[in-house]
Amino acid sequence: MLPGFGLTLGYTVLYLSLIVLLPLAALLARSAAIGWSEFWAAATSPRVLASYRLTFGASLAAAAVNSVFGFITAWVLVRYQFPGKRAVDALVDLPFALPTAVSGIALTTVYSQSGWIGRWLEPLGVKAAFSPLGVTLALTFIGLPFVVRTLQPALADLDAELEEAAASLGASRWKTFTRVLLPPLWPPLLTGFSLAFARAIGEYGSVVFISGNLPMRTEITSLLIISKLEQYDYAGAAAIAVVMLVVSFLLLLLINLTQWWSIRRCQGGFAG
Amino acid sequence: MSIQVTHVSKSFGGFQALRDVSLEVGEGELLALLGPSGSGKTTLLRIIAGLEQPDPAPDVDVRFNGQSVAHRAVGGRNVGFVFQHYALFRHMTVFENVAFGLRVRRRRERPSRQEIADRVRRLLALVQLEAFERRYPSQLSGGQRQRVALARALATEPRILLLDEPFGALDAKVRQELRRWLRRLHDELHVTSLFVTHDQEEALEVADRIIVMNAGRIEQDGAPEDLFNNPRTEFVMRFLGAINLFHGRVENGGVRVGPMLLPQVDCALPEGQAARAFVRPYDLAVDRRKNGAAAMPAKVTRVQVTGPVVRVELEAAAGDVIWADLPHAQYRDLRLNVGEQVYVSPRNARVFAGDYRP
Amino acid sequence: MTEMVVPKAARPRPRVRGAAEEPAWVRWSLIAACILFMAAFLVIPLAAVFTEALRKGVQAYLASFTEPDALSALRLTLLVAAIAVPLNLVFGLAASWALAKFEFRGRSILITLIDLPFAVSPVIAGLIYVLLFGMQGWLGPWLAEHDIRIIFAVPGIVLATLFVTFPFVARELIPLMQEQGTEDEVAALTLGASGWQTFRRVTLPNVRWALLYGVILCNARAMGEFGAVSVVSGHIRGHTNTLPLHVEILYNEYNFVAAFATASLLTLLALVTLVLKAIVERRARAVACGEERPR
Repeated sequence: MLPGFGLTLGYTVLYLSLIVLLPLAALLARSAAIGWSEFWAAATSPRVLASYRLTFGASLAAAAVNSVFGFITAWVLVRYQFPGKRAVDALVDLPFALPTAVSGIALTTVYSQSGWIGRWLEPLGVKAAFSPLGVTLALTFIGLPFVVRTLQPALADLDAELEEAAASLGASRWKTFTRVLLPPLWPPLLTGFSLAFARAIGEYGSVVFISGNLPMRTEITSLLIISKLEQYDYAGAAAIAVVMLVVSFLLLLLINLTQWWSIRRCQGGFAG
Repeated sequence: MSIQVTHVSKSFGGFQALRDVSLEVGEGELLALLGPSGSGKTTLLRIIAGLEQPDPAPDVDVRFNGQSVAHRAVGGRNVGFVFQHYALFRHMTVFENVAFGLRVRRRRERPSRQEIADRVRRLLALVQLEAFERRYPSQLSGGQRQRVALARALATEPRILLLDEPFGALDAKVRQELRRWLRRLHDELHVTSLFVTHDQEEALEVADRIIVMNAGRIEQDGAPEDLFNNPRTEFVMRFLGAINLFHGRVENGGVRVGPMLLPQVDCALPEGQAARAFVRPYDLAVDRRKNGAAAMPAKVTRVQVTGPVVRVELEAAAGDVIWADLPHAQYRDLRLNVGEQVYVSPRNARVFAGDYRP
Repeated sequence: MTEMVVPKAARPRPRVRGAAEEPAWVRWSLIAACILFMAAFLVIPLAAVFTEALRKGVQAYLASFTEPDALSALRLTLLVAAIAVPLNLVFGLAASWALAKFEFRGRSILITLIDLPFAVSPVIAGLIYVLLFGMQGWLGPWLAEHDIRIIFAVPGIVLATLFVTFPFVARELIPLMQEQGTEDEVAALTLGASGWQTFRRVTLPNVRWALLYGVILCNARAMGEFGAVSVVSGHIRGHTNTLPLHVEILYNEYNFVAAFATASLLTLLALVTLVLKAIVERRARAVACGEERPR
């Protein structure tokens, strides 16, 4: 047996408790202390409900857009050769690496009325920045890598023989795609979608600049927590935070379950 | 359905996988493409299937029953292809896998549900997997998976069956069983079949005819016993079975190897030419006395008595290691001891000269 | 018979599509869709950062960096990263050793808990420290009595950064070390190496590329974190402003050139991170291939 188990495990648990668990416990204790009715009132006031609607709606829309374009991007990067492919592949991680404040101001500039893209949308009657659409755009940006990066390895793992087998049995390209290639890709696609969605509902930096922050209209939940804090309404902030936290944990659970499910389905695939 | 392949070459980047290969397969034949890895056998099979395209050349063609199929993609050739690693669809049951080729047909060509079910069940009975139709591939053994793959390939009633190293990924015992089973299946169905293998035993046991391939070319084409007894090239000699190699020179119409003169060389070679003589271990006689000029002294270094024959390892005067396979009865009569001096004499040798490139 | 067919076969034939290929128009439409999407969301915003930063010329661009507030923000950002990255590196090494090389009950729960900060909104990450150390928090009054400032001060920024960058190193190392198993380490121990020697000479070289990658990501996030830091910093100019917070202040003051100039610095950091990541991945792949090749 290797040495150092007690020391490293002890350190891991201690550090985890100090940095993560204890502060999270403080949040839960804080919201528990305010009493159920007050908690409910703080977590479900009309302004808060409007922020949930915007946050969850825009996050869902962004994750959906990312699922479609993320799938295309992963497919293209794994299967085709074209000039600039390596640069595209590297750029996919930009939303991970770019500080959110920078992406926020950059997207706002590009999608505002006079921006490089916004000025083309304006005559079409589409107001991108300072609207729910702008929030969706920022959340799409922030979730872009998740679908691509979870699908890429799954796509690369697809055995070319499967497609050849389908073709040799007379399946058209489209039928091969829908019946042979797509089914094993559903679990990673769902995982990527959930990861992008989970990231989007907690996002703050890239959204606050482009959203315009109008209460009831373009105010996301993260921003609302900060406004509550600035008004020294700690209990209200804690109540909303607990709601968001519970949703995040449920999502995390869902993601782990889908991963477990996809592993189960493929278990024994190489045995015997 | 017969197959004619003419003047097919194929290169991948700088690697020449096939060099101007032509061959013909008769209706209902079971043919083995045999060769080491990289010899081009799988590429040839994939070109016949339409999974690869041959390099363009003026007279290149692939024909089924005399009709060119070169312009048809794999789906239009009506061939059944069995992959080395089965390529079963993991998210489908055994039943769904076998039914796949029928279910993806266009509506007016698609059999009814009942017809599909009947045909799938008939095929599963044929491969002895009736009880497994609801299982997923991950719940089957390797041999069972390969049988599902075969049933799936047969479901569309192909005119030609192509198998790429069909038993390559299985362990020795299952392989033995499946070989015999494939032979029986072929005798029952009479579908023109080609299978690729690198295992000479497999090819010799199963096939009606064997094509030996090496470095993108056909080395020899013939019935198993013909190949085994009359290898036309040094490569085929080396590839089909164990050999002892003696280096020598042509002398008086024979080959001199050290003190030993092998008579009756079967090919006309100039006097003094360097030559290599090959002797199968069972064609090497061991004796205490020298019997004529075609014998040389050697020392017994090791004896292995377990197995169908007794394997005697010897060291020749020049230091070459040679080995002889003796029947058990003969070994008992001889009573050989390790370290003993004996004479070895080839009963049958094949001689090749010139450069050899494996 | 051969003679008869030759002329027909010699005619140029249309290329037969491979079994695993889409028609060319499908292929190129998909590539176009991918590139357009990437352009609209990644390339154009990236270009906008530098265009806006240089809108009033190089002089104005460079002037943004010599401002005392910008310099102090830069110093603070470097300081925070210099504290957070080593601490999380040590944690990542300890956690991956305990979790990847040993089997014990509760192991998978612990792995999930390490991922927790990824699931928590950065704003909530800041909030929990305010609730713990702020004036109205659990420890706030006690801290105030002893004149220790954590919230609206550098320690709070460090803590919030530690939280959000917590999993990066550990989650790169754990799967890799698990995959590599314990055979090498056991072999080293039977050859008489001490536990520490085994770790330093056997384990560490085996995971060096993943480790480097984890550190790069951890550093990028530490320098670029906005939400969590924004909650705990109090935005005191020249004291508790990191570079991302400085960008926000400048932008809200309509000082766009300076805001984008500072942003361009952070963008360069991100681009360097991406390049390093690509290099590290290629090296890691080369190492993996080299190990598989028979010698």
